[in-house]
Amino acid sequence: MKKRQNNYWNTIIRPKHGWFDFNIRELIQYRDLVVLLVKRNFTLIYKQTILGPLWVLLQPLLTSTIFTVVFGAIAGLPTDGVPSFLFYLCGCIAWTYFANCLTATSTTFRDNRALFVKVYFPRIAVPIATVLYELVTFFVQYAFFLVMLIFFAAKPGSAIAVHWGLIALTPVLLFQMGLLGLGFGILVSALTTRYRDLGLLVRFGVNLWMYATPVAYSSTLVTERFPNLEWLYMLNPMTPVIQIFRSAYLGTEMIPLHYWAISMALTIFVFLLGVLLFTRVEKTFMDTI
Amino acid sequence: MGERLLEIEDLAKEYRLGMIGGGSLHADLASWWARARGREDPNRKIGAGNPGKIQYFMALDGVNLAVDSGDALAIIGRNGAGKSTLLKLISRITAPTRGEIRIHGRVACLLEIGAGFHPELTGRENIYLNGAVMGMSRMETNSKLKEIIEFSEIAQFIDTPVKRYSSGMYVKLAFAVAAHLDPDILICDEVLAVGDVAFQQKCLSKMSDVAQGGRAVLYVSHNMRTVAQLCNRGLFLNKGRLEYDGETSRAIDLYAGSGNRDVDRNLDELPRGKNRGDAMRMLKMHMLDSSTMEYQMDDRMEFTITARTSVHDSRLRLRLILKNSVAAPLGMTQTPSFEVRPGDVFTKRISFSMDGLAAGEYTLGLTLAGADMRGGSILYDTIEDAGHFFIADDPQRTSGFTWDERLWGNICLKDLDMQDVGGNET
Repeated sequence: MKKRQNNYWNTIIRPKHGWFDFNIRELIQYRDLVVLLVKRNFTLIYKQTILGPLWVLLQPLLTSTIFTVVFGAIAGLPTDGVPSFLFYLCGCIAWTYFANCLTATSTTFRDNRALFVKVYFPRIAVPIATVLYELVTFFVQYAFFLVMLIFFAAKPGSAIAVHWGLIALTPVLLFQMGLLGLGFGILVSALTTRYRDLGLLVRFGVNLWMYATPVAYSSTLVTERFPNLEWLYMLNPMTPVIQIFRSAYLGTEMIPLHYWAISMALTIFVFLLGVLLFTRVEKTFMDTI
Repeated sequence: MGERLLEIEDLAKEYRLGMIGGGSLHADLASWWARARGREDPNRKIGAGNPGKIQYFMALDGVNLAVDSGDALAIIGRNGAGKSTLLKLISRITAPTRGEIRIHGRVACLLEIGAGFHPELTGRENIYLNGAVMGMSRMETNSKLKEIIEFSEIAQFIDTPVKRYSSGMYVKLAFAVAAHLDPDILICDEVLAVGDVAFQQKCLSKMSDVAQGGRAVLYVSHNMRTVAQLCNRGLFLNKGRLEYDGETSRAIDLYAGSGNRDVDRNLDELPRGKNRGDAMRMLKMHMLDSSTMEYQMDDRMEFTITARTSVHDSRLRLRLILKNSVAAPLGMTQTPSFEVRPGDVFTKRISFSMDGLAAGEYTLGLTLAGADMRGGSILYDTIEDAGHFFIADDPQRTSGFTWDERLWGNICLKDLDMQDVGGNET
């Protein structure tokens, strides 16, 4: 067989391509697919539902109301001096975005098996589209949050102090949460091709994780009572993110920035680990699942 | 000889047989823990070979191939020969165990058409999604949308959700998208099984257009008529190895000769479904009247079947299920009922009349069936593929026409009666 120049072939298929095989150029070629998958998710969710996009608002609204009643009114937990509903809503929308990214991408292989066994395309396009879809839903909730924020801030004597400098960080925070959710999600999805019972743990685990994160309570409650364990509490990569998000919009207490740096580093680590496992599994998962 | 589009070098794909891991984290940990202490794996199936020894199966082994533009390749072989595995590797659905595939240009794959089709989306939305899944940009899809809709013949339903489509419409739309992808290599696997005859012809001509337009087609089918019509080169795969690469007609001959046509057949070893062949088992089949398994129309086939039983059944029958070349069942016939007692080993002589069967290739399926109290069947033992036979074409029987299985099926009905009852009377 005559040897040809390497650049003659545009695809070369070999058994294994090293450890970290993430073809970003190929992904860019398939960008239209990502956009279409996001659109598909929207079409599917709102076809044949009564409330349509209202569902997106209902979820954080109900959760925040329950938190306000249970943790605010019944348990009487302090909320750093801001209206408790706003306090919970702020944490909820950020957490919901992250948690949805994680749980929705964690079933990538299971949900798309029928598609994956039929045709090749960069598999990572699917979880990326999922995260983008969650981002759009986040913006709907975010708009609702802003309306509530203006409503509460306009009241005379409100304790809300918006921190414009931190608000400018919002895109960075969103990117980080997306990356972290995606990283964990694809990590789990890669592992569930081998260990199916892991899938069951995800929803449960994410719920528990929420209580390890200052969503339904203020982090000062923890740091004041257990000052020695503050570092451990802050190792949860979501804690600094939620804290910064909340202090940006509500003016609650800010955390030392080095905690955020650690959280960033963890995010990148998890993401890279996720991509690594995902790309290893994607080539042969249909032989096992 | 055109441009080189595809090269395959020493390609192999290995599958592990049986259980792959415990399937759950708990089970895997338990196995690992047991091995670490030198105990027996609690998840190992009893009698599943030596511990630690995993059975492997080579679905493909050492395949070399070069495809140039203009090639229309037929890939033929029995079930399990590795045809689909080869296509899956070329279309990157799974990775090879060894070897290398080099591709120049774009591959469009019709392994199972309608990839990415979502039932809730409309036909139009699905065209875009399906196109994107196969690597078309939005611009490209836009520019071909009109052509695709036209080709699919379902323009009036294009804004209807696909879930309301008939399977024929679904296939038409899916094929239309794939056909307009302008691939350099088009891979097809039995896509033409659905859809009406006119559409099948349209697809075939589209596929030969692809081959003539300086591109290549890889076509997997059990349907030798379309293979002969479409392909200018044939590959014959057997047990994972490429045994022949050349003339289509020769490849078809090899395929036709690859089924079990022995006079004595060991049925005991053939695979069965779950819970079949335990209480009663067919052991041997011996052909009495033919050593080549080639028959003329309206011949009788004579053979003996030996089976053993460990149960009593007073109304046992042997069923013979006839299947055509694409393994679709054609008909069933059975023996009168007979009685068997536990411990019996019985041999029966069977005579099967093939009246009305048209020329072609057939597969025999065998079942031992008893009857329960309510008149239902108890299936003791079933062999899906007990062997193949041929019926030679006899144009005299069909008034000079060569039998076309694809158009007329497998049954040659009796000639029509006709009488003059009037006309031109003055």
